[in-house]
Amino acid sequence: MSLAATKPLPVQAQKSSLRWAVSDVLTIARRDILALVRIPSSIVFALLQPVMFVLLFRYVFGGAIPIPEGQYVNYLIPGILVQTTIFGAVGTAIGLSEDLQRGLIERFRALPMARMAVLAGRTVSDLARNIVILVIITLVGFAVGFRPHGSFVAYIQACLLALLFAYCLSWGFAFIGLAAPNSETAQAMTFPLIFPITFASSIFVLVSTMPSWLQGFATYQPVSETTDAVRGLMSGTPHGNSTWISLAWASGAILVLAPLAISKYRKAA
Amino acid sequence: MSDFAVEALNIVRTFKDGEVRALDDVTLHVPRSEVFGLLGPNGSGKTTMIRILSTILSPTSGTAKVNGFDVVKQPDEVRRSIGLAGQYATVDENLTGFENLRMIGSLNHLEKKFVIARSNELLEQFGLTDAANRTAKTYSGGMRRRLDLAAALVANPPLLFLDEPTTGLDPQSRQDLWAIIEGLVEGGTSVLLTTQYLEEADRLCKQLVVLDHGKIIAEGTSQELKTGLGSTVLALTFASIADAARGAALLEGISSKPSNVDGTVVEFTVDHGPSSAADALRRIDAATIALTGLTLREPSLDDVFLSLTGHKAEEMLSTENEPSARPTRKGRS
Repeated sequence: MSLAATKPLPVQAQKSSLRWAVSDVLTIARRDILALVRIPSSIVFALLQPVMFVLLFRYVFGGAIPIPEGQYVNYLIPGILVQTTIFGAVGTAIGLSEDLQRGLIERFRALPMARMAVLAGRTVSDLARNIVILVIITLVGFAVGFRPHGSFVAYIQACLLALLFAYCLSWGFAFIGLAAPNSETAQAMTFPLIFPITFASSIFVLVSTMPSWLQGFATYQPVSETTDAVRGLMSGTPHGNSTWISLAWASGAILVLAPLAISKYRKAA
Repeated sequence: MSDFAVEALNIVRTFKDGEVRALDDVTLHVPRSEVFGLLGPNGSGKTTMIRILSTILSPTSGTAKVNGFDVVKQPDEVRRSIGLAGQYATVDENLTGFENLRMIGSLNHLEKKFVIARSNELLEQFGLTDAANRTAKTYSGGMRRRLDLAAALVANPPLLFLDEPTTGLDPQSRQDLWAIIEGLVEGGTSVLLTTQYLEEADRLCKQLVVLDHGKIIAEGTSQELKTGLGSTVLALTFASIADAARGAALLEGISSKPSNVDGTVVEFTVDHGPSSAADALRRIDAATIALTGLTLREPSLDDVFLSLTGHKAEEMLSTENEPSARPTRKGRS
């Protein structure tokens, strides 16, 4: 058997460690995306759930939700875009937790790859999935009567803002995925977090219709700021400083959450 | 460069703030180009040792060099020079066999062309060519282990860590894996293997150490260990527990080692099975005690443990206390 040839290995031309890190991130992201495409249930869940939300609020609850100006569908779709990208980022927690459970992380830790690539690769693949989801929600939105008044460029900016915000949050979900004992628990742990921030927000209803004790939180929490910014860009009437406030929240989140997740990864066994 | 593939000195690893000592002053010298065995039951510290040597875990104290590189100070160099395959067959089940190998190759920063050629070569050598484009989810246990081992070999490392490579495999798959490991060693690879099976250690390992509760309790060649133990186990089954007790008394002196009475079964480790068996039968027959069974067999890990420690390997399963084996979160033990 010539299984262990003694000739030296043809290692790739010397690259900077940063380029290796980027290559590792892409390798991991590619594997995550392949897995996503191969598990029909996950793709159906990821894509179908947002569509169900659109239909539910457009046709079931929407009629009961009064909006002072314009149509509810124009209020709803930007909100759903933010909500689904945040839900999509939860996938980061579940995916990482599964990798840990199966022992794959163990194998990665014994490879000469960039330490952060497992996390960054996962967040990048979830970002890619979120882009697909955004396109689908946009199409479904138009099909159910969504007519944004803002420019095309502003629409793209709004989508990028939602994606960026969800991406930064996904580092927090990465931390949860590494801390949870299994993927079911990881999912359960994210629920009490995302439920209040997505529902006690300006995503589905006007904050002014909420009880006064809830309005303070619902107005100023980051998801509402992001939603207001996205909605403002899409409708063509920018909403105060929301875009900047949302960007500030996003950068603050990633600055705090990414180091937390990476340090958890170093320790996680 | 050091003469040893692995040189670990006085490794201590504690968990839970020092309450659990998974490894307690373990020193290992693993020679190049042969299989070195770490033998022990679950919870003895084998996996902790492998995890320290493969840089996954850092030692609480002590130093270890792998292929001449310090596991704490030069982890990247260590990682580039080792392959790790485990009992849990950590392949990505959503990827095909080929994709699994390609992923490991690219994470090892090898040239794309080389990775593709090497992956195909390994798939062929391990009899996985037909399954190369199927997801690993569809693989049998034996196929997964072979893929896992192939993944550890993509970068052609001079040293392989195999953590219980055949645990849970059927006999044929086990034989296949043994043949592969022997082929690797012939090609110059050094292997550090952990196992619970004396038979496996016997077949593959030139030298081995026996771990118990994180300490080395015996070391040498498997022949030396067995000679110390007696080469055959003679087991006599009696009709009742009372008969077994009488029988054990009658058979005193048949072996230099103490007998082990377990219910109606009395066991001895003896140097020469057939003559000891004949001797035992004469004594039992003379006392007109009824025997319901007599067997001669190779000593098992249990026998080694019984002889070395005075307790059975299985008893330690209940006191298993090695968080490093990650059992609770993975449901593994």
